Amino acid sequence: MDIIFNVFYRLTKDRFFFNYFSSQKGKKLRYSCSIIESGCCLIQVLPSLREKHDEFMLRELVKRWSNHKVMVRWLSRFFHYLDRYFIARRSLPPLNEVGLICFREQVYMELNGKVRDAVISLIDQEREGEQIDRALLKNVLDIFVEIGMTHMDYYENDFEEAMLKDTAAYYSRKASNWILEDSCPDYMLKAEECLRWEKDRVSHYLHSSSEPKLLEKVQHELLSVYASQLLEKEHSGCHALLRDDKVEDLSRMFRLFSKIPKGLDPVSSIFKQHVTAEGTALVKQAEDAASNKKADKRDTVGLQEQVFVRKVIELHDKYLAYVNNCFQNHTLFHKALKEAFEVFCNKGVAGSSSAELLATFCDNILKKGGSEKLSDEAIEETLEKVVKLLAYISDKDLFAEFYRKKLARRLLFDKSANDDHERSILTKLKQQCGGQFTSKMEGMVTDLTLARENQTSFEEYLSNNSQANPGIDLTVTVLTTGFWPSYKSFDLNLPAEMVRCVEVFKEFYQTKTKHRKLTWIYSLGTCNLIGKFEPKTMELIVTTYQASALLLFNAADRLSYSEIMTQLNLTDDDVVRLLHSLSCAKYKILNKEPNTKTISPTDYFEFNSKFTDKMRRIKIPLPPVDEKKKVIEDVDKDRRYAIDASIVRIMKSRKVLGHQQLVMECVEQLGRMFKPDFKAIKKRIEDLITRDYLERDKDNPNLFRYLA
Amino acid sequence: MAEFSCHAALRLSFILFNYFCLNFFYSASSKASTKEMERIDNLFYSYGNRSSSMIDPEGIEALCSDMEIDHTDVRILMLAWKMKAEKQGYFTLEWRQGLKALRADTVSKLKKALPELEKEVRRASSFVDFYSYAFRYCLTEEKQKSIDIESICQLLDLVLGSQFRAQVDYFIDYLKTQSDYKVINMDQWMGFYRYCNEISFPDHKNYDPELAWPLILDNFVEWMRAKQAAQN
Repeated sequence: MDIIFNVFYRLTKDRFFFNYFSSQKGKKLRYSCSIIESGCCLIQVLPSLREKHDEFMLRELVKRWSNHKVMVRWLSRFFHYLDRYFIARRSLPPLNEVGLICFREQVYMELNGKVRDAVISLIDQEREGEQIDRALLKNVLDIFVEIGMTHMDYYENDFEEAMLKDTAAYYSRKASNWILEDSCPDYMLKAEECLRWEKDRVSHYLHSSSEPKLLEKVQHELLSVYASQLLEKEHSGCHALLRDDKVEDLSRMFRLFSKIPKGLDPVSSIFKQHVTAEGTALVKQAEDAASNKKADKRDTVGLQEQVFVRKVIELHDKYLAYVNNCFQNHTLFHKALKEAFEVFCNKGVAGSSSAELLATFCDNILKKGGSEKLSDEAIEETLEKVVKLLAYISDKDLFAEFYRKKLARRLLFDKSANDDHERSILTKLKQQCGGQFTSKMEGMVTDLTLARENQTSFEEYLSNNSQANPGIDLTVTVLTTGFWPSYKSFDLNLPAEMVRCVEVFKEFYQTKTKHRKLTWIYSLGTCNLIGKFEPKTMELIVTTYQASALLLFNAADRLSYSEIMTQLNLTDDDVVRLLHSLSCAKYKILNKEPNTKTISPTDYFEFNSKFTDKMRRIKIPLPPVDEKKKVIEDVDKDRRYAIDASIVRIMKSRKVLGHQQLVMECVEQLGRMFKPDFKAIKKRIEDLITRDYLERDKDNPNLFRYLA
Repeated sequence: MAEFSCHAALRLSFILFNYFCLNFFYSASSKASTKEMERIDNLFYSYGNRSSSMIDPEGIEALCSDMEIDHTDVRILMLAWKMKAEKQGYFTLEWRQGLKALRADTVSKLKKALPELEKEVRRASSFVDFYSYAFRYCLTEEKQKSIDIESICQLLDLVLGSQFRAQVDYFIDYLKTQSDYKVINMDQWMGFYRYCNEISFPDHKNYDPELAWPLILDNFVEWMRAKQAAQN
C-alpha cells in the first residue's frame, strides 16, 4: 500500500509532472490508477476472503469493505485536484466511483452468491431462535446497497429475491405443519408473532424497502394459502370462535385477514352465517313456544313474542358490538350483520309478521301497565333499538299500519303511559324512515292535544248555556280523518240520553267551525254507568255499545236476541260480541236463557239485579275485534296504489323501458317502505295496460311504452 | 243486443257477422261503376235492408245457410276480417271492398273464395292481424277493453284451436279453474299467441317468468308445472 501511496503522492505533488500528464497522457494515468487499485484488491482482498467461510467470511468482507472505502476516500482526497479538473473536463467517472466499481467487479462479482447464502442461512438461524450478530448482517447488507451506488438493483437482484424465496419456502414449510397441529387461535398467534418478527428483522438489518415485500410473502404463505382451512377448522375455526365468544381471537383474526387481499370476505361470510343461524334459532324457539302455549292458554299469546323481540334486540346488541370492536367497524361486517338480520327478521313467528311483533312490542312498552317495567332511560334505549331493528324489516308499511292501530288505541283509551316517549319514538322513526312515514302518527298525537283544548272550550260553552246542558258529562275527541286508521261507523241506535249529548255537541261544534262534517264512531266510545243492583249500587265502565245494550233494560225486563239486535241496529257479529261480554264473561250483568257459554239468536236476556262484586267500580271489557286481517288488507290495497304510482312515475320519465329494468327501478323506489313482490308488480303492469297507461312495444314484447 | 248476450254460443255467431260501415262518403258517392259492383250490391241487398243499408243478424244467418256453412265456423270470422268489419251486429256497405278483393259477386263464388281466404289468413304475416282482430271484434261496448273468460275460451277454441290444440285446451282448462281473472285484456290475448309460438310445449323449458310475460301466463305455466309434477 505504501508504495502506491507514494507513487500517487509523488504524482500529485509535482504539479508540472501532473500537468504534463494531464495534458498528454491523462488517459494513461487513469488507466494506471485502475490497475493499481484493482491490483490492490485482487492481491490483498480476495485471497483472504476465499479462505474464510460463513460468518467469518462475512466479517472479513465487512472489514475489507470498510478498508476499501477508506482507501477510496483517501485516494479521492489525494487526487482531489485530478478529480475536480481533469476528470470533470474529460467527463470521466469520478475516482470514488471508480473505486466502487473496482470492488464490485473484482470482489463482489465473485463473492456475492456466497455472501447471500451465508446471510440467508444466518436469517434462518435467527428464525429458529438462535442469536446472531445483527450488526454484522446490517453491515453486509449495506454493501449490497452501497455497491449499487444510487440504484437498488444489486440489493434486489442478488440478495432480496433469493431471500424472499427462502422466506416463502421457510414459512410454507412451517405453515404446513402448524395448520395440522395447531388450533386456529394458536395458529393465528404464531402467525401474528412471525409477522412481528419479520417486521423487526427489517428494522434491524434489512433495507426498509423490503418490508412490504417480505410481509406480503409471509402473509401469503401463512394466511392466504390456508385461509379456508384455517377459518373452517372444525373445533376452533371462525364458527367456533363466534360460538364461544372468543372476542380476542376474533379481533386477531380480523387484524390478520384484513392484511391479505380479499381476506375478510370469507370471515364476513362466516359471520353472516353465524348470526343468521343464531337468529333463525330464536325464531324457531319462539315458534315452538308459541305452539306449546296455544295448546293451553290463548290469552297470553303475545308474551312469547315479546320475549322474542327482546332476544332479537339482545342478539343485535351483541353482534353490533362485535362489528364495532372486533371488526373495527368495517363496512363488510356491517353489511354482513344487516344481511343476516334481514334474513330472519322477515320470517315472522307463529303467523305474526315481524312488523306486527315490533309494533306490539312498542305498544307494550308505551302503554300503561304493559308487561315491561322499565325506567325512563331504559325505555328510551329500548325504543331506540326497536327502531334500529325496523331498518331490517322490509314491510315497513305494515309496521306503520299496525303501529298506528295500536297508537290509536293508546291515545283514545288514554292508555299511553308517557307523552314524551310517544313523541320521542316518533322522532326516531322520522329520522330513520322519513317524514312521510310518521306524518299520520304525528297528526294523531297532535289531534289529541287539540281535542283536549276543544273539550275545555266545550265545557265553557256548556257552563255559559245552562239550558243546553244534557245533564251527562260528555267528552268528545274530534279526530282528523286520514290520520287515524279507518273505523267502521255504524248507525247505532243510541239511547235518548246520549242522542241529546250528540246534538248538544253538534251545536257547539257548529259555533266553532262551519263546513266540517262530524262522523261519530260509537265503537270507540266508553261510558260510565251507575247500576242499581239489589246488593249495592255500582259504577260500570263499559263501551258505548255495551251501555246502549244495558240501557235497553231500563224499559224492559226481558229481551230476546233479535229484539236487542233490531233496537240497537247492529250487525250479528257485534251483538254477539257485546252480549257475550255482558252475560257470559266474568261479570254477568245480564242473565241469559238458556244459561250457556255461547250466544245464539234464540237466546233471551234479563237484567241480573242480584249482580254484585267486591269492587264498587268495575270495568267490563269488550274484546276488540281481531284487526289483523283488516290491517293486512289495507296495507295490500295501499301497496297496489304505491306500485301503480311508482310504475307510472318511472314510465313518465323514461317513456320506453324494458320490463326487467322497470321492475328493478320499481323495487328500488319502493324498497324504503316495502319489498314489492315481482308478481304484484307484474299484476299492476297488466292492469295499467288495460287502463291504457302503458302499452307493449309491437316488435319487442319485453319493452313497455308510456301512453300519455 | 241484450237478448243475444245471454247465450254465449249464439252471441258468438252474431259477433262474427256484424258489420258496419263508417265511411259515409264512400257509401254516398259510390254509384257502382262496373257491373261487378252492381252485382255485389245486389247480393248485399238480397240479405240486407235497403233503408238502413246494412245486413242484420237474420240476414247474416240466411247468408250462412245459403253458403252451407255453420254460423260458428271460423271462416265467417275470416270473412269479417277481410271486410275489415268494425263493429259486431250488422254488415254494412263496406262489404263491397271485401267482396271485390275476393272477386265474389254471388253466393257460390263467395263460397268458392273461402278456401283461398283461409289460406291467406293462415299465412303467418296476416294471422297475427287476424288474431288481434278477432279480439277487437268481440269488444261490443263503448270503452270496453276486456272480454269475459267464457267468451275468450270460445274465441280461443275457434281461432287457435286448429293450430295449437293442446295449448288451447290446457289454457281453457286453466282459465275455467282459476279465480284471479274474470276478464282478459288485449295484451294477455296477444301474449298467449306469442306463448304458443315461442314456448316449447308441454315442458316449458324455455319459459322464463322473469321476462315480460303477462302474469296470467306465469300463473298458467306454474299451474301446468304443478299439474305435471302431480302426475309424475
